Amino acid sequence: MLNFMENIEEIPLAEWVSKATGIVSDSFAFLFDPIKNEFGDGLESFADMLAAVPPVIVILLVAVLAFFLSGKRFGLAAFSIVGLLLVWNQGLWEELMLSFSLVLVASLLSVIIGVPIGILMSKSKIAENIITPVLDFMQTMPAFVYLIPAVAFFSIGMVPGIFASLIFATPPTVRLTNLGIRQVSEELVEAAEAFGSTGAQKLFKVELPMAKTTIMAGINQTVMLALSMVVIASMIGAPGLGREVLSALQRADVGTGFVAGLGIVILAIIIDRFTQSFSLKKGTNI
Amino acid sequence: MPVIKVEGLSKVFGKNVKQALKLLEEGKTKEEILKQTGSTVGVNRASFEVEAGEIFVIMGLSGSGKSTLVRLLNRLIDPTEGHVIVDGEDLATMNKKDLLRVRRTKMSMVFQKFGLFPFRSILENTEYGLEVQGIAKEERSKKARASLEMVGLGNYVDQYPSQLSGGMQQRVGLARALANDPEVLLMDEAFSALDPLIRKEMQDELLDLQDTMKKTIIFITHDLDEALRIGDKIALMKDGSIVQVGSPEEILMNPANDYVEKFVEDVDRSKVLTAYNIMKRPETVNIDKHGPRVALERMQKEGISTIYVTDSKRNLRGYVTADDAVVALRSDVTNLTAILKTDAPSVPKDTLMNAIFDISHNSPVPITVVEDGKLLGIIVRGAVISALAGQGEVNLTHA
Repeated sequence: MLNFMENIEEIPLAEWVSKATGIVSDSFAFLFDPIKNEFGDGLESFADMLAAVPPVIVILLVAVLAFFLSGKRFGLAAFSIVGLLLVWNQGLWEELMLSFSLVLVASLLSVIIGVPIGILMSKSKIAENIITPVLDFMQTMPAFVYLIPAVAFFSIGMVPGIFASLIFATPPTVRLTNLGIRQVSEELVEAAEAFGSTGAQKLFKVELPMAKTTIMAGINQTVMLALSMVVIASMIGAPGLGREVLSALQRADVGTGFVAGLGIVILAIIIDRFTQSFSLKKGTNI
Repeated sequence: MPVIKVEGLSKVFGKNVKQALKLLEEGKTKEEILKQTGSTVGVNRASFEVEAGEIFVIMGLSGSGKSTLVRLLNRLIDPTEGHVIVDGEDLATMNKKDLLRVRRTKMSMVFQKFGLFPFRSILENTEYGLEVQGIAKEERSKKARASLEMVGLGNYVDQYPSQLSGGMQQRVGLARALANDPEVLLMDEAFSALDPLIRKEMQDELLDLQDTMKKTIIFITHDLDEALRIGDKIALMKDGSIVQVGSPEEILMNPANDYVEKFVEDVDRSKVLTAYNIMKRPETVNIDKHGPRVALERMQKEGISTIYVTDSKRNLRGYVTADDAVVALRSDVTNLTAILKTDAPSVPKDTLMNAIFDISHNSPVPITVVEDGKLLGIIVRGAVISALAGQGEVNLTHA
């Protein structure tokens, strides 16, 4: 009685998923292939372009931006200069630029996809009920798992890396956009409506500006998650600092691994402070 | 010709709306309906008319449905049943496009907690109603500035709401509502979030503005004093129903039922009213800044013979009399310290009126109401007597 499970056949769940992935990959090849080729080429030339700019110019530009974004203080600017010089000195400049372009593109796509979905969720209870469990699924499924279909759809390289990052990093933007809009006080929404705003006017003139700080916090999270995918995505051939970490791991080379890891940390801190300063600066009047 | 005509307007929140409406017809109470259907009756078949240029006050305690009722008027909440006819158009059944037009041009609203957009400057807030209509920047800026000028905030256009006091923020709320020159102004507990002295000031200002604007105003309040002060007509609400509509006198003299009577009945005021209720804003001079000349000028302007002296932090220091100030002025004394008297009686703000009566009888100068050394207000003898007699301006909200 207690081992009734023996009589029940194992459900071929894994097989189903594999088949489904195969079908999707085959039937949407007309979509995936151009993405893989055109988008992949575009990405590469973008990364090459970034890498072609002399490091000195990039460092100076970052330092000046840091100085103004942090409210004309020197801390972040000084850190950026020292950190980036160190990465350059270690011969990891090109890898840094590759990783940065991966994070940048993945984050941009996440925001472009995530914010509208968040808005949809905030406006429709049904949409919220459907999307919330999907987001939970996306966030709890181990990030490595996304690498497998990514390879099936886009083979290896930067494009599948971005695809995996996208799935992994989008949820915070969606969630916090939804939350930010729902948190706008009832009275302000009523005020917007009482003066005859259309739905779009209410959204763009009141709700999004009020939710901006919360949405920016979500975007900051998204960027950080995209960055954390840099190492994972290197397992499917995404170039950059992650690949250095991975190869150091395979050779048990502590020193090289540490240096590449440090490069990621420096990149993370600079990006984090930059995105945070956007949300804080605009929020001063609230 | 009424500007607004409300006919059988009801709102039921919850699921069994039809059943609840039927029970309402049968005359069941709000509680019975809640028990039977699980639905809450917000507003129960309200009907009234508001004439042009009238201040129509809807008054009731919290939960009486007055805030719901006002939101049914501009359809921030969709009515379950009934009609809201404004200028011959029924808002309850009109389509979205017409509703936008009515909200943009005919009705504006002022909110209890002001409802200002914190990320917009005062000018941008005031422009909002014009902006959503797509009016060109220059024109809307001109109108908004004129509107701000009208409420006395012409110099604050570039400030942000958080930089302004509550009273000033509500002036912005009022200016924003007036900027698109609506016929009807809906004011939902507009002054309830303000402290009593500022509230009275705003009431006076609204009445002054109304003298020139002649808008039709629907004003929601839970404060009887406020209703009596500003209302041309008052509607009393209880459990979602309007129990009486009439002029302030009619309501006071002929209360329609026990509920209304309870609202206005003359309780033994001396045991209820406190110093805080009857004090008024004092005229003061600042000992750190002003001398006998300023003191004398203010006393002459106000027609009083003593004036209270505070320091820059509004701590009470004493008072000076007109006679002493004249003498000081003649002998070229420029400081108030020399003629300062400190023997004015003072009471805490929660002192009951029957205690104040004795003090005021024996004191030649107004009693001061003091908290933590700061001067909150003063009580003149006349105020005590008229409050005891059930007349005069009494602030009935709790301190």
